Amino acid sequence: MTNETMIGITDVEKHYGSFRALGPVSAEIAAGEFFSLLGPSGCGKTTLLRLIGGFDDPTSGAIMISGMSMAGLPPNKRPTNMVFQSYAIFPHLNVAENVAYGLKRMRLGREEESRRVDAALAQVELTGLGPRMGDQLSGGQRQRVALARALVMRPKVLLLDEPLSALDKKLREQMQVELRHLQRQIGITFVLVTHDQYEALGMSDRIAVMFAGRIAQIASPREIYQNPASRQVADFLGGMNFMTCRDFRTQGAEYSALLPGLGTIAGKLDNGRGIDPDNATIGIRPERLRIVWDGETADPKIVGKVIDRHYYGEITNLLVSIEGQENPVSVVETNDFGADDIPVGSSITLTHDRDAFVVMEG
Amino acid sequence: MKFQGTLGDTHQDGKAGGQGRTAPPTIQAALRTETGKGWLTISPPLLYAFLLLIGPILVIFANSFWTQDYLTIDRTFTLANYKAALSEPIYRDLLLRSLQVSVSVSIVTVVLAFPVAWFVSFRGGRYKGLWLFIITVPFWSGYLLRILSWKVILGYNGVINTGLLHLGIISEPLDTLLYNTTAVIITLAHSWAAFAILPLFVSLEKIDRTLLEAAADLGDGPVRRFMRITLPLAMPGIIAALMIVMIPTVGDYVTPKLVGGKDGVMIANAIQVQFGKAANWPLGAALAVSTMVIVAVVSGAMVLLLLGFRRLMK
Repeated sequence: MTNETMIGITDVEKHYGSFRALGPVSAEIAAGEFFSLLGPSGCGKTTLLRLIGGFDDPTSGAIMISGMSMAGLPPNKRPTNMVFQSYAIFPHLNVAENVAYGLKRMRLGREEESRRVDAALAQVELTGLGPRMGDQLSGGQRQRVALARALVMRPKVLLLDEPLSALDKKLREQMQVELRHLQRQIGITFVLVTHDQYEALGMSDRIAVMFAGRIAQIASPREIYQNPASRQVADFLGGMNFMTCRDFRTQGAEYSALLPGLGTIAGKLDNGRGIDPDNATIGIRPERLRIVWDGETADPKIVGKVIDRHYYGEITNLLVSIEGQENPVSVVETNDFGADDIPVGSSITLTHDRDAFVVMEG
Repeated sequence: MKFQGTLGDTHQDGKAGGQGRTAPPTIQAALRTETGKGWLTISPPLLYAFLLLIGPILVIFANSFWTQDYLTIDRTFTLANYKAALSEPIYRDLLLRSLQVSVSVSIVTVVLAFPVAWFVSFRGGRYKGLWLFIITVPFWSGYLLRILSWKVILGYNGVINTGLLHLGIISEPLDTLLYNTTAVIITLAHSWAAFAILPLFVSLEKIDRTLLEAAADLGDGPVRRFMRITLPLAMPGIIAALMIVMIPTVGDYVTPKLVGGKDGVMIANAIQVQFGKAANWPLGAALAVSTMVIVAVVSGAMVLLLLGFRRLMK
C-alpha cells in the first residue's frame, strides 16, 4: 500500500429536503487501500458510497478521485465501478455478455474483448459459465458476475455496497477471504459498505465507523476494536463492559479512576485524543476479563457472582455481578479450561491486565 | 405438486388393501393435486370462453366452406368463397389497406404512447396513480363520441381548418384532412392510446432501476442506457401493446365508416356488408377467416422482427 491519496472527501453533506442524511464528513482513502464504511442501517454509509460513485450529487463539499474533482461527473465518467447490493445482473444477457457490457463501448475487437472477459471470469472462478443466462444464476454466482463485470473495466476504485449480505454464512465467510485476496492481488482501492462488524474487521486496512450521518472514528481494525473513540463505537463493534466509575481524574496524559468493586485503576490516555473528564466512560472488553482458577495467583482479584451463562460452542459468555457495579459484567472465556462447567450462582474470581481498560467519550 | 400426487397415491393404496403402488389415480385424486385444483378454479371462465369464443369461430369456419343459395345455405364443401376472397381485386385491396392501416396505427400508437408510459413510470414519482387516472379520463366518453369529435377537429369547417384560415396560413379550407386513410390512422391511434400506454407502463415499471445505474456505472450515457437496457427489457410490453392495438383495429369498421370516406374503407366494412345487406354469410365468413389467418401471420412476423431487434441490441 502506498500513501498516495486516491479518494479525498472534504466536508461532504447530503440533504434530502430538510433532512440531512449525511455529513459533514471528511476522509482520505489511500491508493490500494481496503477501506470499509461500517455502521447500522440509516447511518449514511450507502449514501456516501453513492456519492463517491456519482449516483447522487453531494449537497455541499467536494470529492476528489485520483486528484481530479468529481463535481458534476456522472457515474459513466468516473474511474470507479460498483458492485451493487442486489448485484444488478442484466437478466436479458448471459454471463459473458454481462461481463462484456462495459467493454463493448471501447470497441476492443472481438478477440481482445473475449480474452478480457475470460480473464475476468477466471479471476472470480466462473470459467465456463459464460453462456449461462443472467437470470439463471445462484446468489454466489451473481455476486461473482457482478464483481467480474466491475473488475473487467479496470477501475481505479471498486465500490462494494454490502456485497455479501445476501449470501449465507458459510459462503459469506469464504467470499470475505476471496475478496481480500483479490484486492491484494490486483492492488486497486476497494471501498466496502457493510453493517457486519466481523466483515469490516476481517477484511479492511482501515474502517470508518458511521452513526447518524457522521463518521465517528476512522482507524485500523485493531485500533477501532482496542481503542474505540466513543461508547457508541465500542458498543457497535463487539461487546464492551461499561463500568460504573467514581472520581475520574486526568492529569496530562494520565488518568485515574475509582471503579466500585474493582478498586482504583490508573493508566495512560490514548495518544492524540484528549478527553473531557465530565464526558468519559471506562470500559473493558469481555475477553480481557479472565477467570482466576483455584490455586492461581493473580493481581488484582475481583470477586463476583455468576448470574447467567451462555454457551456458544468454542466460547462461553458468563454474566458476573460485582458488588458496587450497576451492571453485571460479561466475561468471555474459551471452553478449554471448563468455563462452560461453572454453575450459575457460584462465586468467581476475576482478574485483568493493568492496561486492559479503555477510556472513551460518552 | 409431486408431493401431493404421492399423497393421493398412498391414499389409493390404503383403499385397495395395499395391493401395489401402480393403481391408476382416480379423478378425485387427480383433482386433489395442485394442477387439478388449478383447472377446477379456472373451469367456469374456461367454459364460457369456449362456448362464446370457440363456438362462433367454429360457426364462421364452417360457413366459409358452404354456399349461399338465396335464402338457404348449400352445405356442400367448396373453396369457392376463399377463391373469391383472395383473388377478387376489391377484397385484396381492402385486406391490404386494412393491414397497412392497422400496422401503421399500432406503430404510431406505440411510438406516441412510449414516451407517455416512460414519463409516468420514470418521472411520475408519487403521482403515478394520478397520471394513470388522467390518461383514462378520455375513455369515460363513448367510442362514437370520440370518433365524431375527430370529425369536428379534422372537418371542412373543423377546428384545424378554421384555425389555419384564421392564422392566414391557408386561403381556403383543406379537404385532405378528413375522409381518407390518414384520418382513420389518426382517429384509431388516439382511440387506442390508453391500451398501449398501460402494458408499456407495466413493463417499464418492472425494470429494476439498479440495472440502469449499473449500466451508467459501466460507462453508458442516457441514450445507450435506453437502447441497451430499457428498450430490450420493455420489449414484452412493446409487443403486447402492438398486438393489443393492431389485432382489433384490423377488424374495426366504425371508424373507417365515419372518418374514412370511400378511400378509408377497410376489410371489416366488406365483411359487415356480406353478413348484413348482401346476405352472403359464406363469403363474409371466408373473408373473416382469411383476415384472421393473415393477421396472425403478420403479428407473428412482427414479434419475430422485434425479438431479432432485441438480440441485435446486445
